[in-house]
Amino acid sequence: MTIPTIVGAGLIVIGAGLGIGKIGGSAMDAIARQPEASGKIQTAMLIAAALIEGIGFAALFAG
Amino acid sequence: MQRKTLGNILSIFILLASFTMQAETVSSGEDSGDLKSEIKAYISHHLLDSYDFGLYSYTNDQGGHEYVGFPLPVILWDDGLKVFSSSKLHHDEGVAEVGGNLYRSYHGKIYNVTSTGGELKMDDHHHPENRVHLDFSITKNVFTIFLVSLLILFVFSRMAKSYKNSAMPKGVGRGLEPIIQYIRDDIAIPNIGIKKYKRYMPYLLTVFFFIWIINLLGLTPLGINVTNNIAVTLALALLTYLFTTFTANKNYWGHIFWMPGVPPLMRIVLAPIELLGTIIKPFSLMIRLYANITAGHIVLMSIIGLMFIFKNWLGSSLSFFLAFALSLLELLVAALQAYIFTMLSALYFGSAVEEHHDDH
Amino acid sequence: MEKLINEFSFGLFFWQLLMFVLLVILLGKFAWKPILSAIEGREEGIKDALDAAEKAKLEMANLNADNERLLQEARAERETMMKEAREIKAKMIADAKEEAQAEANKTIANAQAAIESEKKAAVAELKSTVATLSVDIAEKMVKSELSNKDKQLELVNSMLNDAKLN
Repeated sequence: MTIPTIVGAGLIVIGAGLGIGKIGGSAMDAIARQPEASGKIQTAMLIAAALIEGIGFAALFAG
Repeated sequence: MQRKTLGNILSIFILLASFTMQAETVSSGEDSGDLKSEIKAYISHHLLDSYDFGLYSYTNDQGGHEYVGFPLPVILWDDGLKVFSSSKLHHDEGVAEVGGNLYRSYHGKIYNVTSTGGELKMDDHHHPENRVHLDFSITKNVFTIFLVSLLILFVFSRMAKSYKNSAMPKGVGRGLEPIIQYIRDDIAIPNIGIKKYKRYMPYLLTVFFFIWIINLLGLTPLGINVTNNIAVTLALALLTYLFTTFTANKNYWGHIFWMPGVPPLMRIVLAPIELLGTIIKPFSLMIRLYANITAGHIVLMSIIGLMFIFKNWLGSSLSFFLAFALSLLELLVAALQAYIFTMLSALYFGSAVEEHHDDH
Repeated sequence: MEKLINEFSFGLFFWQLLMFVLLVILLGKFAWKPILSAIEGREEGIKDALDAAEKAKLEMANLNADNERLLQEARAERETMMKEAREIKAKMIADAKEEAQAEANKTIANAQAAIESEKKAAVAELKSTVATLSVDIAEKMVKSELSNKDKQLELVNSMLNDAKLN
């Protein structure tokens, strides 16, 4: 593994982490606001997180 | 109260750091470096498929490796069908002579070494040459796939039979039924729609239970590791892709090739992007499952390996608890990845059979 | 990426694909179909039972309402019957009273008429008797008084005066 690859991987992880963190935080807010819709919010949150994660992994492996 | 806990954690870290430094100084010796590379080799070996079902191995008094397990059949298509027992390969150390050809295994792959007289010839990238690509061997992973398939078939057909006598299932079925209902009510119906979900139910249920059980098996000390093979996740993702493509309606293709509601020029630009999107979706399914399970295994095994590197009671016990906590997390991940795969498959199926809406 | 392609094992892919397709088909036939239909059947059963219970409840309510209505009707009928009876009674009493009154009046009238006629008869008889008597008396008086002329006249006068009274 060369240094640019490692740095790139680190950047990807930071970006993906921030993205998933934002999704999680927003989902928490949404659940706090509307606890009765928590099931739907959770599903949407998981899908969005999974999509970002997928992109993160794809970039990581492409590197 | 919180500050106190924080202080405690901090002091533990400082202690740990000092111990690690001690360990660092020890590891400057040759012995520890060997251990590190050995752990690394062990982890990469664990992640690979193997031709025999090894339960564990140890080094005997003479310094040789002893393996405990049983051999599996090797099936090759290389100048005709070649079938032989994996015991002939002697765990990468022996040369198997079958039908006038010589074969050797190296890091989970089989190479034809007839031309070199039994020796592996490395190319520029340090990969051996003459790999046998049409390798249909019943490897450890294939064997596990058969085993899990049989297990699932047995459990669920029994569960199906138990409905004949009573409205409620018996035994394990009682615990599995809510999961089936959950997949139907919370994954299939909301994503695909009440009209068409029935066609996809067998696939969704099978894919969920298959991935879940095989992920859980990966957490047992058997050292089975199926879903961290790109071939396995590719097969699953490909099935999702094919199922989506062949059941898609006019509306789905219309959205890809001639996106409604946008100017004609944009439609031409969007078509290749949308078409690429249909391939990226299953591709991300494949990578996600593969990467999650692989990363989980690497991290877990590295932390277990840390126990042997620390060589002091505090570091080792801390790594033990870390490994323990991570195993619990992996239990969650095993189910979560199965859920995500099923969920996203259902989402893609849903987009394939979505009816035309007039609102755009 | 290169590592991934290098790691890819066609055999594993082949077996996984084959096994999985087989598994989906077999499970679909022998497990998922009966399980899902059993679950659906059970849910249908529960729904039907709930519906039936709801229906029964509704029927019960209807029945209760019917009963109530019948009771109400019966009560109303009884009320009217009682009222009628009371009216009839009152009427009968009134009629009886009236009749009795009429009868009494009639009797009284009859009695009065009889009394009147009796009285008239008595007066007539009395008159004739008085006349006879007067004639007799006069005869006697005349017989006796005629001897005395003044006395005779006086007597005739007084007698006439007396007779005029009647």
